[in-house]
Amino acid sequence: MSALLRMRGVRKVYDTGVIAVEALRGIDLDVEAGDFVAIMGPSGSGKSTLMHILGCLDVPTGGSYELGGVDVSHMSEAELAVVRNAQIGFVFQQFNLLASMTALRNVELPLIYAGVGRAERRERAQAALARVGLADRVEHRPGELSGGQQQRVSVARALVTDPTLILADEPTGNLDSVSTHDVLALFHELHDAGRTIVLITHEADVAAEAHRVWRITDGLLSEAAPSGGRA
Amino acid sequence: MSWGETFRTAIEALLGRRMRSMLTMLGILIGIAAVMLTVGLGEGARRQITEEINNLGSNLLIVMPGGSSVFGGGSATGASMLTLDDAGVIADPAVAPDVVGVAPIMSNRLTLSYGTARTTTSVSGSTVEWPTVRARTLVDGRFFSDAEQASAAQVAVLGPVTASELFDDTPAVGQDITIEGQSFLVVGVLDSVGASSLSNDDDTIIVPLTTMAQRLTAPASARMLSTIYVTARDDASISSAHQQITRALTVNHATTAAEPGFSIMTFQALLTAADTMTAVLTTLLSGLAGISLVVGGIGVMNIMLVSVTERVREIGLRKALGATPALIRRQFLVEAGILGLLGGAMGVALGVVGAAILTPLLDLQVTISIPATLLALSVSLAVGLGAGVYPAARAANLPPIDALRSE
Repeated sequence: MSALLRMRGVRKVYDTGVIAVEALRGIDLDVEAGDFVAIMGPSGSGKSTLMHILGCLDVPTGGSYELGGVDVSHMSEAELAVVRNAQIGFVFQQFNLLASMTALRNVELPLIYAGVGRAERRERAQAALARVGLADRVEHRPGELSGGQQQRVSVARALVTDPTLILADEPTGNLDSVSTHDVLALFHELHDAGRTIVLITHEADVAAEAHRVWRITDGLLSEAAPSGGRA
Repeated sequence: MSWGETFRTAIEALLGRRMRSMLTMLGILIGIAAVMLTVGLGEGARRQITEEINNLGSNLLIVMPGGSSVFGGGSATGASMLTLDDAGVIADPAVAPDVVGVAPIMSNRLTLSYGTARTTTSVSGSTVEWPTVRARTLVDGRFFSDAEQASAAQVAVLGPVTASELFDDTPAVGQDITIEGQSFLVVGVLDSVGASSLSNDDDTIIVPLTTMAQRLTAPASARMLSTIYVTARDDASISSAHQQITRALTVNHATTAAEPGFSIMTFQALLTAADTMTAVLTTLLSGLAGISLVVGGIGVMNIMLVSVTERVREIGLRKALGATPALIRRQFLVEAGILGLLGGAMGVALGVVGAAILTPLLDLQVTISIPATLLALSVSLAVGLGAGVYPAARAANLPPIDALRSE
């Protein structure tokens, strides 16, 4: 079984000019298609750096990273943009919805950059919103939705391109316990439907929802024993 | 991403900051309106001067004694005197075939009176051909006749301004006026040619040349003409008529081409001079107005930079979702271009309204032409795009993680 996502010896050094900080010190990671993986770690552990490289928002200083069989570790920013658009669905802690646009327009955004025509775009965005249970909220702006609803809009946005990987960065960090439960339940549904999910968090009980849990400490990754979830 | 989506996104962004977008466009608006109006004023002035010159007679040549400058006066020494003989030579079709009319003028400033009303004006002696050559008509009475000219009769034709100065609104024709103590019968009043900025042909009085020579001029200068008005066959034959007159007079005066002793003025030269002058003025004023456009452009750049800074998170999100640097650059360039073009369009509108207001106010046709409008729109678009280059490059080069991280 070939890995959907394969990292070998990934290093990331931030050179401030005065001092070089090695945020990642050789990460090996394989994620199979259909996996639900959590990456846990306290702040300062290199967790955000790993998320940026996983999400093709940044490139590693050393090592290799293959996503869907393609080496993305030396791509230009323009090439990475295309990979992000086609392969990765992001769910952010801050939701990152555009306040001036309706839920529907927000979900359409990645399709606009994919060059999908207007009618098909609308149809797919509506379907994605229906998928997360917001069929009746398509014309609402983010300010008119609760935190949990906003996060569900951003999950719809992550789903709408039918990406290889859903990458969720602290998706429940800004949510109350009820909404947290909602969003995690949604991830389980997506996982059950065959989606590959990488969840990055510092909360052990959120990480425990995943199929497999990795722990990052001081720029190094180690697999933790599953403590529950659906292993 | 299609261009349509780029434009839609740009318009949404601008509408989201309506007040600021309006104020930014104001800079371009004022610059474009100023350029439109100065160019319009220049064009209007040029047209008006051309029209005035054409009213004077575009196929008219004015032969004057002395100097070689366009408006040359010069002293009338032997060789630089114009005489009736000269006028006769010019009128000879064998000598100057392109000349169709000749009106010699002998003029002097004299005092005239009617009752208690007195005025001093230019009194010209000329021939019966004068109305044809100068393209003048009469509102009242008639011009003097061949017989009156032959007998040096004491008759006069008044310009409309002169007539109203002496007679107010009462009819002048049939009345006797006094010129230099001699009585003259008013036989006609000229139609007005309007207050021209080039000459006042309404404040004048015309008498037969013979009368002027015998009764109103000192015997010593009784043969000297002050001007000979000549009409060419048409506009195209002005320069050949010019050459024919020059040749004839040079022979007649036994002078050389270098020191001809007379000068010939045509309105063509004046037209060219007026064109050059208005062109220089228009360029100068447009340059000044152009500076305000540059200031407007800097305003657009400023606002676009602020916009990039404010929208760092949005730019980061768009990049994360798949916007390439080129698409982000295009997005901001289109926004800046729309600001410029819309500002320019409103500037053109203001220019049109301004022209409509200024035209009656200045009594000068302020012309807004289609080419000027298209040029103004292109310039405003270029200013907007130019001002957008640097902010757009900054947005395009923002690293997506920095952009997403900023809170």
